[in-house]
Amino acid sequence: MTAQEKYETREFKTVTEVSGPLMFVDLQGMGGVSYGEIAEIITTTGERRRGQVLDVSENLAVIQCFEGTSGLETKDTVCRFLGETMKLGVSSEMLGRVFNGRGEAIDGGGDIVPDKILDITGSPINPSARQYPKEFIETGISTIDTLLTLVRGQKLPLFSGSGLPHNMLAAQIARQAKVLGTEEDFAVIFSAMGITADEARFFRDDFEQTGALDKVVLFLNLADDPAIERLLTPRLALTAAEHLAYDHDYHVLVILTDITAYAESLREVAAARSEVPSRRGYPGYMYSDFSTIYERAGRIHGRKGSITQIPILTLPNYDITHPVPDLTGYITEGQVFVDIGLNRKGLYPPINPLPSLSRLMKDTIGQGSTRSDHQYVQDQLYSLYATGKDLRDLVAVVGDESLSDIDKKTLEFADLFEQKFINQDYHEDRSIFKSLDIGWELLGTFDDPYRVLKRIPSEIIDKFHPAKRDKNVDFNTVNI
Amino acid sequence: MMTTTNTEQIGLIDRISGPVVQASNMLGSKLYDVARVGEEKLVGEIIRLTGDLATIQVYENTEGLTPGEPVHLTNAPLSVELGPGLMRQIFDGIQRPLPVIREVSGDFIARGIEIPGLDHKKLWDFAPNLKVGDKVVGGDILGEIPETPTVDFKLMVPPNIQGKLEFIAQRGDYTVDDLSATVVTPTGDKVDLQFYHRWPVRQPRPYHLRLPSSIPLITGQRIFDTIAPIAKGGTGAIPGGFGTGKTVSQHQLAKWSDAKIVVYVGCGERGNEMTDVLREFPKLVDPYTGGPLMDRTVLIANTSNMPVAAREASVYTGITLAEFFRDMGYDVAMMADSTSRWAEAMREISGRLEEMPGEESFPAYLASRIAEYYERAGRVLTIGSKPREASITVVGAISPPGGDFSEPVTQNTLRIVKVFWALSKDLASRRHFPAIDYLLSYTLYWAALEDYYSDNVSPEFPELRAEALALLQKDKELQDIVALVGPDALPPSEKIILETARMLKEDFLQQNAFHETDSFCSLEKQYLMLKTILRFYEKAQDLYRRGAIVSDIFEHELVVRIARMKYIERSEIETSLNELIKEIDGLTIQAFGVED
Repeated sequence: MTAQEKYETREFKTVTEVSGPLMFVDLQGMGGVSYGEIAEIITTTGERRRGQVLDVSENLAVIQCFEGTSGLETKDTVCRFLGETMKLGVSSEMLGRVFNGRGEAIDGGGDIVPDKILDITGSPINPSARQYPKEFIETGISTIDTLLTLVRGQKLPLFSGSGLPHNMLAAQIARQAKVLGTEEDFAVIFSAMGITADEARFFRDDFEQTGALDKVVLFLNLADDPAIERLLTPRLALTAAEHLAYDHDYHVLVILTDITAYAESLREVAAARSEVPSRRGYPGYMYSDFSTIYERAGRIHGRKGSITQIPILTLPNYDITHPVPDLTGYITEGQVFVDIGLNRKGLYPPINPLPSLSRLMKDTIGQGSTRSDHQYVQDQLYSLYATGKDLRDLVAVVGDESLSDIDKKTLEFADLFEQKFINQDYHEDRSIFKSLDIGWELLGTFDDPYRVLKRIPSEIIDKFHPAKRDKNVDFNTVNI
Repeated sequence: MMTTTNTEQIGLIDRISGPVVQASNMLGSKLYDVARVGEEKLVGEIIRLTGDLATIQVYENTEGLTPGEPVHLTNAPLSVELGPGLMRQIFDGIQRPLPVIREVSGDFIARGIEIPGLDHKKLWDFAPNLKVGDKVVGGDILGEIPETPTVDFKLMVPPNIQGKLEFIAQRGDYTVDDLSATVVTPTGDKVDLQFYHRWPVRQPRPYHLRLPSSIPLITGQRIFDTIAPIAKGGTGAIPGGFGTGKTVSQHQLAKWSDAKIVVYVGCGERGNEMTDVLREFPKLVDPYTGGPLMDRTVLIANTSNMPVAAREASVYTGITLAEFFRDMGYDVAMMADSTSRWAEAMREISGRLEEMPGEESFPAYLASRIAEYYERAGRVLTIGSKPREASITVVGAISPPGGDFSEPVTQNTLRIVKVFWALSKDLASRRHFPAIDYLLSYTLYWAALEDYYSDNVSPEFPELRAEALALLQKDKELQDIVALVGPDALPPSEKIILETARMLKEDFLQQNAFHETDSFCSLEKQYLMLKTILRFYEKAQDLYRRGAIVSDIFEHELVVRIARMKYIERSEIETSLNELIKEIDGLTIQAFGVED
């Protein structure tokens, strides 16, 4: 039999085993099934589900069933191989629509008419085609804009935990994000993996209230949806994002939540295949798998659009060394750490700048993009806050008698920094200039700026310090 | 790169599981031979043979492959093309030039693209060194090609070939495919040589003799050069959790180390980091030659989202290119960022082969693979009738899960390498960069390098270094006490130690990679900076003994100037710092309001 003839035989009624999310189909030596191919599974009740080939030989195909295996049986279940890998029909009409976790419209608006049909795995961007991201995105949140600048084309995850307001933070970023001085097409793609219906509704309501819903595409795999389907959801979302960014010049912000739930699905499949587990039962290839999601962020030379990612991770037990945040941190360009301690103090957004980082910041900020004092202000605020926090620990042990005047002032600064700089309203959209000026106001509480503000060159102090500023100069501009 | 496909013998795909494919009817194929898999002829390497079954790791995405598709044998191991045109280039893990892939397949990397590693159309200006009738052995230099303004390509007789030159190309322009020489071997065979040859990446290139490593690789980084220097031909590891600055450290080494050639392998890391190198290196000036840094750099990029098996190959591709330049007589530095991703690629393949796992499910042969790889570093006398001294220094970054150094990749690497630069999350979170733990890090080369520092920098240098290390160690002990009882409980002489250690940490060890002047610090400047701080320390002890108050001493205007030392321009180092030292020596007790 030639390979061509083998392709003819596409339907099998020979399911030999159903185990966890996997189904084993005896191909009876006929082969012809491709690795990664999509299979349609027809249950005895006529229900159609989809699965993907994970391992294949002439005799046996192992299929991971996206919509669960409950109700499948070995006698009459039909497995039909569709002869193609997982694809998504994309079009700019997707904006404003809601899809389920496997890409079917669920908002009652009917199917979209696709412009293109794309493979959802995508191909790696050629590193020599990448454009280095360096356009500042103003989120209106002081801590992020000043200390952890978000850059167009970056992947910057929120490391959070149960009970923390990461959803509010992500919604606020999506609502307020803009690039200074431009009016360009932007879009938000929201990919939900295993979050609750409440959380999904929260995002939807928030987009609706701000009138942004027609610029948003939602892919929803909720907590009660099939877990294995979650492996598809982010890939569908990113395929739609690539279409909007590279074919329609949109600047796309992709919110992926919750990566931890995604990783659990990955683990479930690995366990069902009895693979040798790596740390905490997660498969050894989780890093590579994550990278095929995160590395789809970026900018490409000669193309207008961009993809910026904000993945959200709930850290089990707030543990940053857990494999999910750990492997994420090795791929993403920094992280925003949502802190339970700050949240307990009633501060919003409870972002702790100390373990947070934005790797792309150094080339983004400065005159012409933000302001010439930006780098020094962030360095100084960071350093003083770190010292202040250390002193808090010291005072807790030995009391404050042995502290010098500067130390006492630094302790006060740390409190002020949390109250006035980190803390802001959920609807407050602070400009970068406002944020930097709040920073200066706090730095201005020290008596001897040249001695204390070691990380700021004296000419910058002379120009920007509140007590020394030229009142006739406009500080609300990137040109200074 | 790959030899052309021999289509005579064809196997058939039996089974596909991720990047691992099993094929039947493969009798006659050899282990580690390259196979072209499927209708699309994806590149793969045979990693196991059982009867007529071959297991192949495929360097490209296997989605869509079907059992029954053909597997073509090439009867050649995974090899690279060695010839002119490697410099300034960026390759993927199996030596395909990424800019050419982009011309062929657009902004995204498609599958099954066959592109040679070298440009076979470009003309090179060759000038012969030898003439017809000369006797040659493997490694002899036939002639030279000015490849970049700073690097001369030396055309060598490939290893394992010797005889008499029957023909050698005259001065002129040639492509790499042209005939460069014909050698008549002692047995009377004629061997035609082109301007390039192939070499299998998993086989180390031969050298004549190993030499001791007694010359430092100068990196311009104070923490490296002064505290834990690496020798030319040495091996080093930089382990650290994410955000501690592994990549910035590796980039700094690639930028400023005084190697003649730099091979940088981005192994399973971020795409934007390679873009950063591509964007930045052509603009940066090499402090040793004055030319653009890119002129001496070869990049190999196999980013994390590129196929995992090619990641496994990329470090071998890198070290083979490094050996080729070493054979020309150059000092080569190779950076691999990160070897953990390489180890993980091995783990993934091993898992697919259902091999019995070792520690943390890494394969049992992890340790020996790591050892073999680092052993390809070294300072050697090259082969050839006129042996040249040359070296390969290898520095591997390690990304330990959770920043925990007890994991297998870090531990197995530390058993081999002689320099350990430990990145610390604690220092990074204090924005102490480079965040290299100055107490935990070590070098086993110091004894061999000490003489070099005494002879070439200053006879005082070893002593100053020892004193600085002792102060930092003492500081650590004192900090533990301070954490318990507060700084007031310490006697003034120990407060001086704390303050001096703070100066060492902030004004010496911290170095701003993004500051134009501070990014590179010459050995002379390092010496003078260290000397200045320690001179101030002695002076402070002296002033205190004569009645000055410690806090007054460290609020003196000279302390601010010491803090600014790192920003002193190259041309002014000597005068400025000697002046500063003179002023420190001239400090009198009267300046602190005490009568002598």
